[in-house]
Amino acid sequence: MKIAVLIKQVPDTDDVRMDAEKGTMVREGKGAIVNPLDLNALQAALDLKELLPEGTEVAVLSMGPPRAHEALRECLSMGADRGILLTDRLFAGSDTWATGKVLAAAIEKEGPFDLILAGEKATDGETGQVGPEVAALLDIPFSTYVSGLTLAGGGVEVRRTVEGGVQRQRLPFPCLLTVLHALNDPTMPTLRGKKRARRAEIPSLGGADLGLSPHETGLEGSATRVVKIGYPTLARNTEMYGEGRLDEGIERLVAILRERAVL
Amino acid sequence: MADKRRSKEKFFVVGEVRRGRLAPLCRELAGKARQLADSAGGEVTVILLSDRLAEDPETLFSSGADRVMVVEHPSLALYNQEIETNVLAFLLKKENPAVVLAGATTSGRTTLPALAARLETGLTADCTGLEMEEETGQLLQTRPAIGGNVMATIRTPSHRPQMATVRPRTFPLPPASERQGEVLFPWIPPSLFESRVENLGFEEGDEGGGNIQDMDVVVSGGKGLKRPDGFGMLRELAALLGGGVGASRPVVDAKWIDYPHQVGLSGKVVAPKVYIAAGISGSVQHMAGMQTAEFVAAINRDPEAPIFRVADLGLCGDLFEILPRLIERIREEKRKP
Ligand SMILES: Cc1cc2nc3c(=O)[nH]c(=O)nc-3n(C[C@H](O)[C@H](O)[C@H](O)COP(=O)(O)OP(=O)(O)OC[C@H]3O[C@@H](n4cnc5c(N)ncnc54)[C@H](O)[C@@H]3O)c2cc1C
Ligand SMILES: Nc1ncnc2c1ncn2[C@@H]1O[C@H](COP(=O)(O)O)[C@@H](O)[C@H]1O
Repeated sequence: MKIAVLIKQVPDTDDVRMDAEKGTMVREGKGAIVNPLDLNALQAALDLKELLPEGTEVAVLSMGPPRAHEALRECLSMGADRGILLTDRLFAGSDTWATGKVLAAAIEKEGPFDLILAGEKATDGETGQVGPEVAALLDIPFSTYVSGLTLAGGGVEVRRTVEGGVQRQRLPFPCLLTVLHALNDPTMPTLRGKKRARRAEIPSLGGADLGLSPHETGLEGSATRVVKIGYPTLARNTEMYGEGRLDEGIERLVAILRERAVL
Repeated sequence: MADKRRSKEKFFVVGEVRRGRLAPLCRELAGKARQLADSAGGEVTVILLSDRLAEDPETLFSSGADRVMVVEHPSLALYNQEIETNVLAFLLKKENPAVVLAGATTSGRTTLPALAARLETGLTADCTGLEMEEETGQLLQTRPAIGGNVMATIRTPSHRPQMATVRPRTFPLPPASERQGEVLFPWIPPSLFESRVENLGFEEGDEGGGNIQDMDVVVSGGKGLKRPDGFGMLRELAALLGGGVGASRPVVDAKWIDYPHQVGLSGKVVAPKVYIAAGISGSVQHMAGMQTAEFVAAINRDPEAPIFRVADLGLCGDLFEILPRLIERIREEKRKP
């Protein structure tokens, strides 16, 4: 079985802190990690490989700046077989659709793959759109919010955790799934894996390699434009009730619960 | 009349029907689309996909719809991403709307990206603000990222439709109007109801049923609860207020409570009417998931706890004294006629 895992390098959320004066949240933008849910996607691929070691190959693909090879290397150290970096100056400013076009082209070039796995969403953009968009561009069946996954005769059976419960679906290969944290617990890289990853070659492909015209990718190939970024203030005016005034505070809270019609 | 209408800009809402009943977001989005359409002289259409509607689609006229398109087919009994995408792509290609809105639910966030790619246009996720820009007539889509700590305003300059998913309960339900409209049953090529995705069933369960993202009240606990059974008090309080229980990450990691209850950057983002935090220090990662709540009350014995900064009401003291007293007082209130 050939499996592709789509991974994204995102800013490390450890670096998020609050600006005490403005009361807004700020990002330091130093560290970068593999998007946490993408590690669940990778783990699902590695679990399938353990189940079917014969002929199973796990490829990780990432579109990003040159430094995103670090993220691919981390995936190799966890057990992925090969990494492919999709990088090109012309990819800069891509929205989810433009990103989807690059990933879909890379999947076609490096494939065929039976199964494509992605995270449900990335912690930076938080759109969760790239997975379904890639599936639509490739015209393959897909499912989302996957919290359970088993192989079932030429395809997969999945559990999707949605509002009100769990939906079960069956999809034939090739298909694409976006996965949730609940699916599994990603393992740590092994020492052997790290060594292997350090030596591994990670090829880079640009737009021309993928047969994409400059109009299809990056800012030019995007339908949406960010026109403004704002940092809202989080701090509120707090009514404080401390020792000796707690009863008063509780009464105030009860009154507010009434006012807001939740009581 | 008909000709004039054809030249109007079209605003579409993808409704959501669960077990034949219209989800509240149908009304909410019809109202919002009405407001947008009015500023652009446009008309509003709501599309409803279901196996069989148990409600009268005409009720959506009073929320702002000029037209309701009803597609009924047995294959739509359970959500099917492929059929929804097929049917919507077929209808929207014919209608060529200016704007398409849908709920940022698991279904909306699954169908709409596939649909947008199919229509070769953009999609803005999880919007909390939408308005028509006067000078350009374009839709300005505002959405939070990093749990609401960054607000981005996004435009779709030249691709159509301009598509957005909207977090349920973002906009007020529109007041009822006297508006009248028409219900249409468009013809759909039967092959579009065929899917490579097979539905095997649906198991109702707490995991989603108690989804804290849908609740008006969320009562959350953190390490200050000391022990797993500390959540007993919170469950009691949540039940009295008809709400759900949330948690900070360390107590989820310690398995005091399951992951679906985790609020924050790596958990769920909630926007309830009331959020009560007990024994939570207020890390930025946690606040990323709850600061969009309308009202926040915090209980913590440390007066310097950062959670107080984002709280409207702070109770500084021991939660093991405060919570039982609060629960008792709420019980008394509920007994009152
Ligand atoms: C990448 C990343 C992602 C993360 N994602 C999340 C996330 O999604 N959600 C999340 O919550 N965290 C997340 N975290 C963790 C976060 O940074 C904090 O570690 C965590 O939120 C702290 O939890 P806490 O408030 O329960 O515990 P603590 O910080 O230990 O706070 C406990 C509080 O309880 C108070 N207290 C103790 N006893 C009592 C008492 N008897 N009465 C009253 N008050 C009392 C204390 O004063 C203290 O303020 C993330 C961290 C990282 C690095
Ligand atoms: N640049 C990228 N390269 C590879 N995979 C990506 C990229 N962007 C998004 N993805 C995948 O799509 C998922 C959803 O991302 P997003 O739509 O950005 O929230 C991620 O978890 C990744 O699996």
